[in-house]
Amino acid sequence: MTTYTSLTDADRREMLEAIGVGTVDALFEAIPESVRLGRALDMPPGLGEAEVHAELRELASRNVSADDELCFLGAGMYDHYVPALIDSIVARSEFLTPYTPYQPEISQGGLQVMFEYQTAICELTGLPVSNASVYEGPSAVGAAGYMARLHNGRSKFVVSRGVHPHSRETLATLSAGYGTEVVEVALRDGATDPEALAAAIDEETAAVFLQQPNFLGSVEDLEALAPVAKATGALLVCACDPLPLGVLRPPGDFAVDVAVGEGQSLGNRLDFGGPSFGFFAATQELLRRMPGRIAGETTDVDGRRGFVLTLQTREQHIRRERATSNICTAQALNALAGVVYLSWLGRRGLVELGELLLQRTAYARSRLAEIDGVELLHEQPVVREFALALDAPVDRVIERCAAEGVNPGYPLGRDYPEHADCLLVALTEQRSRADIDRLADVLGRAVAAERRTAAAGVGA
Amino acid sequence: MSPVQRDPRGGGPGATTPAQEDQVLTVFERSRPGRRAFSAPELDVPERPLDELLPERLRRREEARLPELAEPEIVRHYNRLSKRNFDLDTGFYPLGSCTMKHNPKLHERVAALPGNARLHPLQDPRRAQGALELMWRLQGALGEIAGLQHVSLQPSAGSHGELLGVLLTRAYHEDRGEHRTKVLTPDTAHGTNPATVTMAGYELVKVGTADDGGVDLDDLRAKADDDVACFMLTNPNTLGLFDSNIEEIARIVHAAGATLYYDGANLNAVTGISRPGDMGFDIVHFNLHKTFTQPHGGGGPGAGPIAVSDRIEPYLPRPQVVRLGADNGAEPRFDLDFDRPKSVGRLRGFQGNYGVFVRSYAYIRSLGAEGLREMSETAVLNANYLLALLRREGIAEYLPVAYDRLCMHEFVLSGAPMKRELKLRTLDLAKRLLDHGVHPPTVYFPLLVDEALLIEPTETETKETLDAFAESIAAILREAREDPEIARNAPYTTPVRRLDEATAARRPVIRQPL
Amino acid sequence: MADADYPADLLYHPDHDWARVEGDSATFGITWYAQDQLGEVVFFEPPAKGTQVTQCEPYTEVESVKAVSDVIAPLSGEVVEVNAALGDKPEAINDEPYGAGWMVKVRLTDAAETEALMDAAAYRSSLD
Repeated sequence: MTTYTSLTDADRREMLEAIGVGTVDALFEAIPESVRLGRALDMPPGLGEAEVHAELRELASRNVSADDELCFLGAGMYDHYVPALIDSIVARSEFLTPYTPYQPEISQGGLQVMFEYQTAICELTGLPVSNASVYEGPSAVGAAGYMARLHNGRSKFVVSRGVHPHSRETLATLSAGYGTEVVEVALRDGATDPEALAAAIDEETAAVFLQQPNFLGSVEDLEALAPVAKATGALLVCACDPLPLGVLRPPGDFAVDVAVGEGQSLGNRLDFGGPSFGFFAATQELLRRMPGRIAGETTDVDGRRGFVLTLQTREQHIRRERATSNICTAQALNALAGVVYLSWLGRRGLVELGELLLQRTAYARSRLAEIDGVELLHEQPVVREFALALDAPVDRVIERCAAEGVNPGYPLGRDYPEHADCLLVALTEQRSRADIDRLADVLGRAVAAERRTAAAGVGA
Repeated sequence: MSPVQRDPRGGGPGATTPAQEDQVLTVFERSRPGRRAFSAPELDVPERPLDELLPERLRRREEARLPELAEPEIVRHYNRLSKRNFDLDTGFYPLGSCTMKHNPKLHERVAALPGNARLHPLQDPRRAQGALELMWRLQGALGEIAGLQHVSLQPSAGSHGELLGVLLTRAYHEDRGEHRTKVLTPDTAHGTNPATVTMAGYELVKVGTADDGGVDLDDLRAKADDDVACFMLTNPNTLGLFDSNIEEIARIVHAAGATLYYDGANLNAVTGISRPGDMGFDIVHFNLHKTFTQPHGGGGPGAGPIAVSDRIEPYLPRPQVVRLGADNGAEPRFDLDFDRPKSVGRLRGFQGNYGVFVRSYAYIRSLGAEGLREMSETAVLNANYLLALLRREGIAEYLPVAYDRLCMHEFVLSGAPMKRELKLRTLDLAKRLLDHGVHPPTVYFPLLVDEALLIEPTETETKETLDAFAESIAAILREAREDPEIARNAPYTTPVRRLDEATAARRPVIRQPL
Repeated sequence: MADADYPADLLYHPDHDWARVEGDSATFGITWYAQDQLGEVVFFEPPAKGTQVTQCEPYTEVESVKAVSDVIAPLSGEVVEVNAALGDKPEAINDEPYGAGWMVKVRLTDAAETEALMDAAAYRSSLD
């Protein structure tokens, strides 16, 4: 077994003598017999490194990853290309193994990374202040809700049905503690219905939540929706997919108070859902209420430029019960990957990637809509993801595609019962024209086969 | 490090070290228009006018001013930055309450296996059996360690797990038609507890600490009434002491109808020796980035799974990882169970930080039953040995231990006599330790101890490292008896010296102006 | 930062706040001891004009790098003036706690409340 400890028997003898006890067991005398386990833990014995590696490899081999199939699955996390320089940078011990920078003199690397990341997020979202990251997307939405509640003392959250189902559910779960009510606003033709939004908002609305693009891939008309959302002075929270912001007007262009989102697309792996990071940016007025860590620039006693954690009085370890969040940590390593990615993509690269996604998504959308039995669920403008309505049971269609090594997308009916037999198809720059043509071919044959089966009255 | 190196002011006023000479530029300042690393693939689909695809009124007008560099400069920039960090792979890091133990290198390799790293969270469970089985096995191991078999891996961090624990408590009480408004915590509790309690809609009430460092039972009895939803504590506590009255505490809390919550931050002391479930706790959270050695990453990621008793199980978040069909001799298969009518819901997207689960599972498989117990025994042995070294003459009179007992995996010293006699604060001691090439212990926590220094060596340190640390402390105190100004102006050899935190908070500059 | 100082013309509240009474109004601030305990003040936001403050109750907060503290009203009344300059220079609370570091001016509602306050000598000895 591997324990990573170094004490020899001789060490132990010397140490026990210095402490003044006879055995290691004597060190645990404060633990009453009645709460001692008194037996070995019921689990297998430890293994050497090679054996553990073999076991982990075997487990991993029973997963069908984006390496094993053609992946058009999105719905919040996307199979973008992660450049190799990120692997080497985040593997560095100096970034991988330290703790939160509580001693800034020896943490300038990590603190400067945070400062650069905050700057990049401000540029991306068009808002003036950002924190150093939070856990991930849906919990960032939840944190924005709590901040709104503390900010204006109101008790209602108004949420578009276009916001990611996990974010809506997280808000509902947290509302049980926050003491808030969650009201949902319907979509019309795949986008947030402005009239329904206006009707839902009143003087008790603490925050309004929109997503851009929304879960069905639609680009929301923030120019029209923002004034409606702000009519009674609520905070407007916009959850964004970061890469489409290369071509979409950013939240800062509108009266958005808080922009949050899932950062996985920015240089982080899929990892079956985590770890990744959430970004959280806001207007200047909300700076002192923002949750999470923030790095700030300053100087040292010799006048050198340096960085420190700042505005710590917002945080739980100082403000305690009056803190705007209980968050103790950031997702520093994942945010590092994020800022390296944004630096690698660069000013022009972000635009070019966005335009490429627009073109390929448009091509995919029109090719798939040509298939018999496949229609667009809505015709809103999209950037990298769109929804289809199938004239066939979507789960069975997906199984047929999977058997041919293609994952055609997410079955919307899981979260939107009104859209049973609908499919959400996502594009990244890794899905070439040839890949899209293959999807059209496989999906077309799968839908046709299922329609034949249904027509013949055969089914299982 | 030689004494001369530790005090570069011997080289004349304002003398700098090589580490300090490196000019600090941000990635934005290294940027030049036209430089690039990424090249977009050729457009292989028919090009359509942008206006057709995205009306101009929706399109971004001004580019985000991201940096413009080629790969070599990006790599150099972040490599240079990395060298301005001290890290655990480089030196001793005895941060109390953080369990900075070695991060095994195997873990990075298995986390990077494409079957793990390239697996989409919404992949059909039938095509993610390896991942779901790994999560199920990890749940089982954590449940066995906690003595509570129902586990959720969903929370992203300890404080996230804590919030879930209090929300579960709320759901439990409300399901029984009870409306309670208070949560109790010891006054030694970590800062995250009060914030968590408020977020969950409860009022925080503090319970006092007895002279021996444990919970004041009389105060607890007085405060544990039928308006209390939960008592949140950790054992051993933040003073590093095991509260032997834990069974009585559990009796008092349960008699009041409240739940007992265990903050697992200090599990490194008792794994395989005592289990919170057996001590009477209802809800336990784990910090996979502490006891289970997920690398800290400079401040995340981590994970904060929880284990709960039977009565709390119905409220666990969705989805739960379950195993099906193993009973009748068929091949077991694993699934995500969303059908949980009494669930509190979810606290985040997808299933949790799977990449962290892979690492912690590999760790548990490497150590096994015996290794996990040895982990805790060695952690407690290392801590008591270091404490014995620091109780020697030359140190103990300035930094006495706050509670005169055997400690568990960590212990608290008080710098109050050092402040009185040598006019040196715990902060100054910490800054001078930086010049000795170690990370200082946790300072000014727990709040209960004046000028606190919370020290946790962990089990992966050698005896020589502990000896050297004690010698560094002794050397700094000797130096301070001669000239306390040296430590008060430390550090000298780090990339920057003491920083102006007041100005950073008064006039915050939190982004690069462009 | 000034040395420990407790001007004789002020009245003091046990929660380390001072009042300078002038007719039916008073100016409030925190004492030298309070700013010394807090450390370097980084942020102060006064309450709005017109706010009612109550003796012994907090009326705003003051933040240092590592701490947040309630500021307690030594007397009851209505806020008629606030020290907006502290927005840009909160450090005045450390440098001149009784001068440029003043926080609010209040129209008193009950002059008799001053009987509950201490004079400089009593406050100073209460600190030991």
